[in-house]
Amino acid sequence: MVNQTIAELRNVTKRFGAVTAAEGLNLAIFQGEFLSFLGPSGCGKTTALRMLAGFEQASEGDVLIDGTVVNGVPPHQRPVNMVFQQYALFPHMNVARNVAYGLNQRRPRLARADIAAKVARALDMVRLSGFTDRRIWEMSGGQQQRVALARAIVNEPKILLLDEPMAALDKKLRHDMQIELKSLQRELGITFVLVTHDQEEALSMSDRVCIMHQGRIAQIGTPEELYDQPQNRYVADFIGRSNFIAARAVGRDGERLVAEGPGGLRFVARAAEKTAGEGTVTLSLRPEEIRVAPDGAAGEGHEMRVTHRIFLGEHVEYHLRSAALDHLIAVVPRSTDIAGGTPGVGVAVRVSWRDGAALALAED
Amino acid sequence: MRPSLRTTLFLAPATAWLIAMLVLPLVVVVVFSFGERGAAGGYVPAFTFDNYFNLGARWAAFRNTLTLAPLGTVLCLLIAYPLAYFLAQKADPRWRTALLILVIVPFWTSILIRSYAWIQILGGNGLPRLIGELGFDRPRFINTPFAVMVGIVYGYLPLMVFPIYVALEKLDRRLLEASSDLGSPPWRTFLQVTLPLSLAGVATGSMLVFILLMGEFLIPQLLGGGKVFFVGNALVDLFLQSRNWPFGAAMAATLVLVMLVTVSLYLRSLRRLSGGRDDVALM
Repeated sequence: MVNQTIAELRNVTKRFGAVTAAEGLNLAIFQGEFLSFLGPSGCGKTTALRMLAGFEQASEGDVLIDGTVVNGVPPHQRPVNMVFQQYALFPHMNVARNVAYGLNQRRPRLARADIAAKVARALDMVRLSGFTDRRIWEMSGGQQQRVALARAIVNEPKILLLDEPMAALDKKLRHDMQIELKSLQRELGITFVLVTHDQEEALSMSDRVCIMHQGRIAQIGTPEELYDQPQNRYVADFIGRSNFIAARAVGRDGERLVAEGPGGLRFVARAAEKTAGEGTVTLSLRPEEIRVAPDGAAGEGHEMRVTHRIFLGEHVEYHLRSAALDHLIAVVPRSTDIAGGTPGVGVAVRVSWRDGAALALAED
Repeated sequence: MRPSLRTTLFLAPATAWLIAMLVLPLVVVVVFSFGERGAAGGYVPAFTFDNYFNLGARWAAFRNTLTLAPLGTVLCLLIAYPLAYFLAQKADPRWRTALLILVIVPFWTSILIRSYAWIQILGGNGLPRLIGELGFDRPRFINTPFAVMVGIVYGYLPLMVFPIYVALEKLDRRLLEASSDLGSPPWRTFLQVTLPLSLAGVATGSMLVFILLMGEFLIPQLLGGGKVFFVGNALVDLFLQSRNWPFGAAMAATLVLVMLVTVSLYLRSLRRLSGGRDDVALM
């Protein structure tokens, strides 16, 4: 991907009265990428999107679109379009007129035939060709979503903004729509900026994800980076699941940090950039990095007792406990589930992890 | 209890009321309109169209009603829409309820008393005198169509404000954002989104005002002084003074017919404007 910047937030802060919704946002959005703002409600992700759309103006800092500062420019003069959360389709217009709405606002006016052709193409792209004359209320939620998408992309915006577009769809439909949205984005080559609270949605579709926390950017990166190299505990906890273990750094082994956990447990951990070589650290250990073997099996390991065993279909989840670690979650693929019968609740097992499985996070 | 039976029971009072108070009287009026006036007034059974052929004699009443009622409705609409728009979209929500109450406050006093107040204001010792003392020619307001119109707009404005307010208040703000996002400047958003989506309120308000105005007789009586009279005033005269019931009945039946025709034409055109939405045809 050629990293040509299409939009930028420079030191952007947004206050609503005494409430700071977003603070010190610095972010470059690249041409043609699929970027998601991910976070719980109230984290500032929607505010960030609305500042790009022009519905909110930054209290401080600059918003740039296509190299131009757009502070104070109203939404109708910005080269971006939005897919709204509840679609916000015009109930008094049929599907074709909804989709044509943006084209009809152009001055000088476009030729009727051009508008009709563009509308037909957009509806074709979202697979709604036969629905031109349908009324909005005659359409299902999924179809309305497609109309909203067509209404936005027909304008060929520089950036397509999507505000939780899938929140109102059921799970199955949401999954299909995610795949469709991603392929549509590749086909069009338009930059997509999505806001969501659903991490699976963000991770599965995005080239990069911007994780927001309390109005600030917690971390920006590819889904793999966020999962493998979270920079802080918030991100490690938010993306996927993790076991957090308080430990003390005792030395270095090349790039890696050697730490001693409770009960003298030894970890050789990858270190997040800012981690110091000594002092207390928090270790993040993903449940799938933990190996569970029957008690008495060969090799090293820490002896723990099963407190819960949860069958998840492809995986089995164990909740484990020992004197040193009072709660550890391990997820084991079913195919490699412990030989000689799966240990039930109360059974002792031998737990181990490879060097570099744990990640040392800075205290924050 | 079966649901259909329960529905019937619940609707029975309203049905009985409508039959006794609307359908039967209407039938009586239509029957009377084909009758003849008795020697001492009242009704004598007959079957003649004479009453209808004579309607021309009261043409002035129809003309006044059919010009001043639509005009009053339009004036109410022109004043009420911006007010309702301000209340629903622009006013500080903390003040909204207080402002809405101010719109209804006049209803707390009888229209009779309020019309008398207007007689004082528009009468010789009121506004005309004030204007005269400022050095201008003293205008004449009372007993003119102007005075009647002032009374009408004053009296009926709240009936127009409320339905429009309700329509604008429930208008989804995201639709306005969507319009803006799609490149429409504010005034075009108003014309293409806000206005069409508030037509249901405009229709309700206009119907309320127009239908009541068609039957109005108090305001023309008091502020028009018998010079500007409506069909309502003619009916009062025919039924109570000259006791020509059949002719009054013919006039009343004609009024109902005219009303049905105008209202349905009006609703049909509104429905077309709002893109065929069914909720506009709410009356």
